[in-house]
Amino acid sequence: MSEKIKHYSGEALKSADIEEGRVPTEKCRPKAKFAWSAGMAMSRFLEELKNGKIIATTCNKCKRIMVPPRIYCENCFKPTDGWTYVKDIGTINTYSVSYLAADATRLKEPIIVAIIDLDGASESMGIIHKLGEIDPKEVKFGMKVKAVWKPPEERVGAITDIKYFKPIKEEKP
Amino acid sequence: MSEVAIVGVGCVGFRPILPELSYKELMFEAAVKAYEDAGINPRKDVDVFITCAEDYLEGFSIFDEFVPDQLGAVLRHLFTVSGDGLLGLATAYMLIKTGQFDTVVLEAHSKASDILTFMDIVAFALDPILNRPLGGHPYYVAGMEMNRYLHDTCTTMEQCAQVAVKNKKNALENPYAAYGANITLDQVLCSDTWFYPLKKLEISTPADGCVVMVLASENVAEKLTDKSIWVKGVGWCTETPNLETRDWSKTVYTRLAAEMAYKKARIHSPWKELDFAEVNDLFAYKELQHMEALKLCEYGEAGKLTEEGLTARNGELPVNPSGGLLGMGYGLEASGMQKLLEVVLQLRGEAGRRQIPDAEVGLAHAWRGIPTATGITAVLSNVK
Ligand SMILES: [Zn+2]
Repeated sequence: MSEKIKHYSGEALKSADIEEGRVPTEKCRPKAKFAWSAGMAMSRFLEELKNGKIIATTCNKCKRIMVPPRIYCENCFKPTDGWTYVKDIGTINTYSVSYLAADATRLKEPIIVAIIDLDGASESMGIIHKLGEIDPKEVKFGMKVKAVWKPPEERVGAITDIKYFKPIKEEKP
Repeated sequence: MSEVAIVGVGCVGFRPILPELSYKELMFEAAVKAYEDAGINPRKDVDVFITCAEDYLEGFSIFDEFVPDQLGAVLRHLFTVSGDGLLGLATAYMLIKTGQFDTVVLEAHSKASDILTFMDIVAFALDPILNRPLGGHPYYVAGMEMNRYLHDTCTTMEQCAQVAVKNKKNALENPYAAYGANITLDQVLCSDTWFYPLKKLEISTPADGCVVMVLASENVAEKLTDKSIWVKGVGWCTETPNLETRDWSKTVYTRLAAEMAYKKARIHSPWKELDFAEVNDLFAYKELQHMEALKLCEYGEAGKLTEEGLTARNGELPVNPSGGLLGMGYGLEASGMQKLLEVVLQLRGEAGRRQIPDAEVGLAHAWRGIPTATGITAVLSNVK
């Protein structure tokens, strides 16, 4: 506030004045609904999730196995060459523990979200998912995890057909 | 200062719906065609990528973040123009004119079929305090505009309906058009009145599709191709957003956008100097209004010229030989690119059965639809 002005005319608003309609307001909830065509790559990916499998596409030029699949290689800018399954086992690339819900209220149980590099896919390719059956303090970089699927009759062709990934013991070769 | 050329075009659609492709796959296919047409590798040969998109039409926040992969623009230089594709053209033109950029890719698309509540999105563009609470379908704004325009100019309902007949017929020869049809004047006039005096068959229907173009500086263009189409001038303008105070008859926004483009392109008598024009026709009467604002004829004369067949494909000044938005379908933010595509194809002599003989100079014009008052104009030529 400027030093010269000691008093502003008018009355200070309180939030209750707005909530109880003592000042004019307009409220509007936009009706914005969308249904995106999944397209060729995502349709197949979702179908395979329903089957309990994770599918990738391949590029013969840069030799990458890409998941989530796409119909073009973004590095080579050419159509992909084929489909191949990758494992539902992977390695934790990075993770965070989210203590808040989207509306910033505190969650009773935090969720652990991780980037999981999947076995069989190219480096730094995989899936984002939640971790389960593990204490947040025990999550480690490089930890091996495996998908826990919903029972087949409950799968609908969605990323949530996988309930979460849980830690597995490293198998000795 | 370098001239600016369009050296490659690619289009997928337009179709009432393209359910088999995601918006990413749609863009990829159009981009592949454009790069092949221009003979460039997008991973090496492009300085800047521009995508023209409005978040509310996509259903994403910050939509441009979803764009690089399918355009070959990963880890390259990309940004969004939140507006019609022709505003993207204006931006690309300016970038190349600076002398700092040689090759620019321009993309705009419509996945209208993904939007379940399209008219609610349009209504959401109305003023929230003054206009939105009145309810109703936002296209009543077009009804009011048409009514005042007919009143002021003595243009007739028949003359407006003739625009729909002409454009839908032109679209029958255009493989990129979704809604070509042979309809009669009576069919248009007897179709439902939706927003008096606007009839159902005078309103463009949304369609899915994508257009990608490659622009280049003079030096690069001349190395790439001998079929460059030169951007001779661009102009744009926005009137007040207030529905309460704007001009309802003369589309001043288009007049000023046209004057800006004509000045750069050194066009003095558009009717004589242009061989054809692709003019926004989201509603049939808009083609007439826009023709007048573009100085293709005197104020109030466009209806008569249309009735006399002078704007037909074989007329003296063909308007919307592509079929326009009434025939091709309304491509949302790609609607200016639909116009630009036709101009490029005509000037290259690649317009097939709708080719206008010896076309040398063409005009592309866009309007951003209800409730906007933004117009963009570009003049192009196959002669540098
Ligand atoms: Zn590749």
